[in-house]
Amino acid sequence: MSVDQATVKRVARLARIKVKDEALTVLANELNSILHWIEQLNAVDVSAVEPLTSVVSMKMKMRKDEVTDGHYPGQVVKNAPAQEDNFFMVPKVVE
Amino acid sequence: MTSLTSLTIADARDGLRKKAFSAAELTEAYLAAMEKARILNAYIVETPDKARAMAKASDARLAKGEGGPLEGIPLGIKDLFATEGVHTQACSHVLHGFKPTYESTVTANLWRDGAVMLGKLNMDEFAMGSSNETSYYGDVINPWKRRNSNAALVPGGSSGGSASAVAAHICAAATATDTGGSIRQPAAFTGTVGIKPTYGRCSRWGIIAFASSLDQAGPIARDVRDAAIMLRSMASADAKDTTSVAAPVPDYEKAVGRPIKGLRVGIPKEYRVDPMPAEIDALWAKGAAWLKEQGAEIVDISLPHTKYALPAYYIVAPAEASSNLARYDGVRYGLRVPGDDIVSMYENSRAEGFGREVKRRILIGTYVLSAGYYDAYYVRAQKVRTLIKRDFDEAWSKVDVVLTPATPSPAFAPGEITDPVQMYLNDIFTVTVNMAGLPGIAVPAGMSSDGLPLGLQLIGKPFGEETLFQTAAAVEQAAGRFAATPWW
Repeated sequence: MSVDQATVKRVARLARIKVKDEALTVLANELNSILHWIEQLNAVDVSAVEPLTSVVSMKMKMRKDEVTDGHYPGQVVKNAPAQEDNFFMVPKVVE
Repeated sequence: MTSLTSLTIADARDGLRKKAFSAAELTEAYLAAMEKARILNAYIVETPDKARAMAKASDARLAKGEGGPLEGIPLGIKDLFATEGVHTQACSHVLHGFKPTYESTVTANLWRDGAVMLGKLNMDEFAMGSSNETSYYGDVINPWKRRNSNAALVPGGSSGGSASAVAAHICAAATATDTGGSIRQPAAFTGTVGIKPTYGRCSRWGIIAFASSLDQAGPIARDVRDAAIMLRSMASADAKDTTSVAAPVPDYEKAVGRPIKGLRVGIPKEYRVDPMPAEIDALWAKGAAWLKEQGAEIVDISLPHTKYALPAYYIVAPAEASSNLARYDGVRYGLRVPGDDIVSMYENSRAEGFGREVKRRILIGTYVLSAGYYDAYYVRAQKVRTLIKRDFDEAWSKVDVVLTPATPSPAFAPGEITDPVQMYLNDIFTVTVNMAGLPGIAVPAGMSSDGLPLGLQLIGKPFGEETLFQTAAAVEQAAGRFAATPWW
């Protein structure tokens, strides 16, 4: 499988990273060289193999469903580029 | 008296307890050494005020005969660990100005045990790199140079700042993290000891996430004993990380010096890559011979899926990274670059905030997870991962520990490797360990023909860290110590 410029553009849009049109060719070449190298995995017979879900066999820990932390909205928004009254500020999304 | 910065943690600990010097004196010696070594670019932020305050508190505890296992020991912290009120950016521009309001579990454990923070260490952006050339804060320089050469060399990555600082004696030891080799490869490049423990041994809480099923914290230290002392404090069972394993943390230092007689050491034939550099092959054979001389049994083993670990890693790690790094959108923290609407604000912030390698990996990850490709790439890679783990599971019926080279080469020059796939091949011997969740330690074992340190890797069973310290100490005893000659 190889990616063309249109695919790179679509994937960049999905990843929310702005890519300039003039950078698409270089990026497509780089991604193709990585994807081509990854394709050696096709040589492995995985027909009777389950995908790995956890490297350590352990039971998922459970705890009581209760509030154990919080009540400091000021700290939560402290690092925000824009905030007001303990809310994150973003450009208008609804007219 | 030898200079205070030349002491190992074990020696400094004894000196502090005997009151041969104070924690304040030890910290001052390191702060002065850091200032002189700024050309290495190992620290991106120095925290002298915090260090002095912590050392003072350590002296007060030591005066009362109290103090933890790391009381008064000055450490460097990789920029991936959240440190309350102190610069924490994973060396990325996208986290511009971020100062956490909380402390990572690993660093909190170190402070609980009395350690002193000297500052934050440089690293590859979001731990993505093998040469510390992707940091927003510039390259880190390796304290080692080739014989008869003045050319700068990379310290490896992603924990390049940690490795360089430990090798240059500008911290007693450092925290690091390892997703595909980021502790062991830089340790090998700088003549230091680095251990990636079993997945789940150290809490990941408060460590900026790269690939959550592979990331593990561990120390880089000057020798095996110091690495053991550090890991004991860093490791813990943590309710805040569901993948942290609720097993007691042993006193790893007790394993250092334990005889290795009767230990079965596996030599996996698949690690003889093509072409195998002659001096790496010779180092590996020498390591096996040393262990045999000390009574270990050398066993040839096969780990047939080894060659697929690296390509499978470059599906799994970017896939998880693309998901983990989705949070950097200019809303909750870090860099915000305005746009016409909210989507273009996201796109502009991420375009300007992430470096080239990080973008490349996010795009690969997004692609392999996208509709229609998920089974062909991601599911297949996770199946290959099952096979890699199964190879090791079968090997453990024959051997107690596996010996391999740590890296396919010694340190190289900045700019020497520009092709991404060539760069990825640096992790060819280390990445299997992350894919299988096993512990691995890199220990210096010899020198290259041009005078650079080379390392061997030992791979252990799940939670077999004690066997790793025991065996690595045997290698260390045979190989001797390696120290860079200061030129800075």
